[in-house]
Amino acid sequence: MSKNDIKVALIGNPNTGKTSLFNQLTGLTQKVGNYPGVTVDKKEGISKLSATQNAIITDLPGTYSINPTSLDESIVLKTLLKKDIKESPDVILVVADVENLKRNLLLFSQIKDLEIPTVLAINMVDQMHRKGISIDLSLLKKELNTEVILISARKNEGIKEIKEAIIRCHVAAKASPLCGINHKIDPDYFHKLKEISSNYTLYELWLMVTQNNFPETITKVEKEKLLAFKQDTFKLKKYQHKETIFRYQEINKILKKTYIVDKTKATDLRGKLDKIFTHRIFGYVLFSLILLVIFQSIFDLASVPMDFIDATFAQISDFAKSSLPEGVLTDLLTEGIIPGIGGVIIFIPQIAILFLFIAILEETGYMSRVVFLMDKIMRRFGMNGISVIPLISGTACAIPAIMATRTISSWKERLITILVVPFTTCSARLPIYAILIALIIPDKKVLGFLNLQGLVLLSLYALGFASAIIAAYILHKTLKVESRSFFVVEMPNYKLPSLKNVFFDVLEKTKAFVFGAGKIILALSIVLWFLASNGGDSYKNVEKDVIENIANQQLNTDEIQQIIASKKLENSYIGILGKTIEPVIKPLGYDWKIGIALITSFAAREVFVGTLATIYSVEADDENTTTIKQKMASEVNATGGKLFNFPVGMSLMVFYAFAMQCMATLAIVKRETKSWKWPLIQLFGMTFLAYVSSFLTYQILS
Amino acid sequence: MSTIADLHIGEIGYISEESLDSIPLKLLEMGCLPGAEVQLIQLAPLKDPLYICVNGSHLAIRKETAEIIKILKSE
Repeated sequence: MSKNDIKVALIGNPNTGKTSLFNQLTGLTQKVGNYPGVTVDKKEGISKLSATQNAIITDLPGTYSINPTSLDESIVLKTLLKKDIKESPDVILVVADVENLKRNLLLFSQIKDLEIPTVLAINMVDQMHRKGISIDLSLLKKELNTEVILISARKNEGIKEIKEAIIRCHVAAKASPLCGINHKIDPDYFHKLKEISSNYTLYELWLMVTQNNFPETITKVEKEKLLAFKQDTFKLKKYQHKETIFRYQEINKILKKTYIVDKTKATDLRGKLDKIFTHRIFGYVLFSLILLVIFQSIFDLASVPMDFIDATFAQISDFAKSSLPEGVLTDLLTEGIIPGIGGVIIFIPQIAILFLFIAILEETGYMSRVVFLMDKIMRRFGMNGISVIPLISGTACAIPAIMATRTISSWKERLITILVVPFTTCSARLPIYAILIALIIPDKKVLGFLNLQGLVLLSLYALGFASAIIAAYILHKTLKVESRSFFVVEMPNYKLPSLKNVFFDVLEKTKAFVFGAGKIILALSIVLWFLASNGGDSYKNVEKDVIENIANQQLNTDEIQQIIASKKLENSYIGILGKTIEPVIKPLGYDWKIGIALITSFAAREVFVGTLATIYSVEADDENTTTIKQKMASEVNATGGKLFNFPVGMSLMVFYAFAMQCMATLAIVKRETKSWKWPLIQLFGMTFLAYVSSFLTYQILS
Repeated sequence: MSTIADLHIGEIGYISEESLDSIPLKLLEMGCLPGAEVQLIQLAPLKDPLYICVNGSHLAIRKETAEIIKILKSE
């Protein structure tokens, strides 16, 4: 990033192909702020405009207007009102959809009035002929007084021209407003507003008044004068309405001369598809089928690469053990770090498959139909049709899901959605479920084609959704939060998903998950290994005690080694910790080793399997390397039966279905609700629920 | 006077001038302007929400919103 780079902000209505354009301009250079913890959520990338000129492109959230009604949209206004040299954009690239040009130009006209150099990209022009649209480009350029480029982002057409236009636009002097807002509405009123400050354009001042959003650079006196304008809220509202009507009148005038649609040419594929997808019966049937397919494929498609990864890491560990000299560092590597990394990598297939399906549903425009179908139902539970998107995304990871609630404009509906999202079965629970299901449910086909293990998994997902819905209903009836509910969702045209967009989406989300959660998992694996291979006096004397105790028994060296190993674990720091909580978890059917895994997975659920892996590899004798699954299957309980039997397995799955064991999610909830109150309610409420339900499950089943 | 909520599927109306002040700003911005043609495309169960096409924009709005937008029917 150098000083000479042009800062470009990419703005546009949702569904205009803004993401496609961003991907074409920046490719693999794009970066998103990593979670957990950091607050950055803007996407940035570098684009090579010419041999000597680069641009930093920022992809802002899609919005219909500069006047925000949701948190997501307010980010756009904040960026545009920024006046410091470092952050404010040099050039704004507005993306418009050729089919909805009129509505897209509203946002364009608002941005133009901010008097920042602006380039207008009219996208999806490859559809023009089919839709019977024709544009007089040179006249449109003149009327809008700006650079206008016709592009087809998906087909990579017009990208070079955009790059050239950005450079030209940057070199050219300050841009002029398109409409100006004072003309017809109330000249006197706006004249007074403009007199407050000469550092800002009239439209910027007007936005500060209407949106109550003041840049840091504004003086105290100026701010007070602006606040005085806010007094007359009736006038403010009325003038905002008038402003919008006025803008549309101007846009209509321009489009009448430059934009012609021959309606006879339009094909009605959308109408036909909508008849099925939004049908009051078939719509729901199709939605259920799509969900069923998604969850079946997660289990079926991901199991092969997952078993492979599991086995590979066991082999790597084995290889390292046999080829490296014995010592503490080798132990750390083979018993701490390698199983730890394996515990992260094993997630990738499932997460990627889930994100892939979600990306496809969003890309095709189908997700909006789901919002339409589900709004009335979700409203009964205090949520919003849009809440379906976070609830489905939550099956991948609660963190992006909670961030996706930002498009919900009602605070109460948004808060409830945030609070219940962690009930949905996120991918961190999958490895736990997967391994337990493999241990306690037979691998059989039901009705000839449905996998029984898959069905059990599906019912765990259903349990997650059901508890989210029930929790939402309770919150809806008990929460006293004042908030106005308003709902409008655009139903975009159906599109074939762009491979490039889907690829980047899956890559970005998977990467964020692996690097974000991966760090925690790896760090915990190392701590765990340390705690498991060190202990107090009793730990140090294990070897001597064992040899004394078994002196009169006929045992070979292997057997002695195994007894020593398990005694060592029992007397290590982690063993003592597990033993301490054993009385509390015994009614749930767990022993102290599972107790250790419960403690360590408190920060992140996915650590559970990794912990058991570490515990059993510390314990295991060195000759036989087996996979985690095999190790778990061979564990025995006090009565000599299998430790992971049906009641214990079910009890554990129920525990993980409800327990709020994810620090990253708690941090995100704190950030999004701006208070510790809500994450703490989640933590205690869900943990309590988990304990009680697992207790009941185990007691009833055993 | 009828509102958007009174339309049948496929029926067309025109948003009346007098509802200007009651239309939420966001809907105005999305093209729901006085004088604009509005067609009801689909209804979810219980007639809520409504899927409409107005001024070329395809939108889903709730019944409560549709009820405050007055229209003139075409016939």
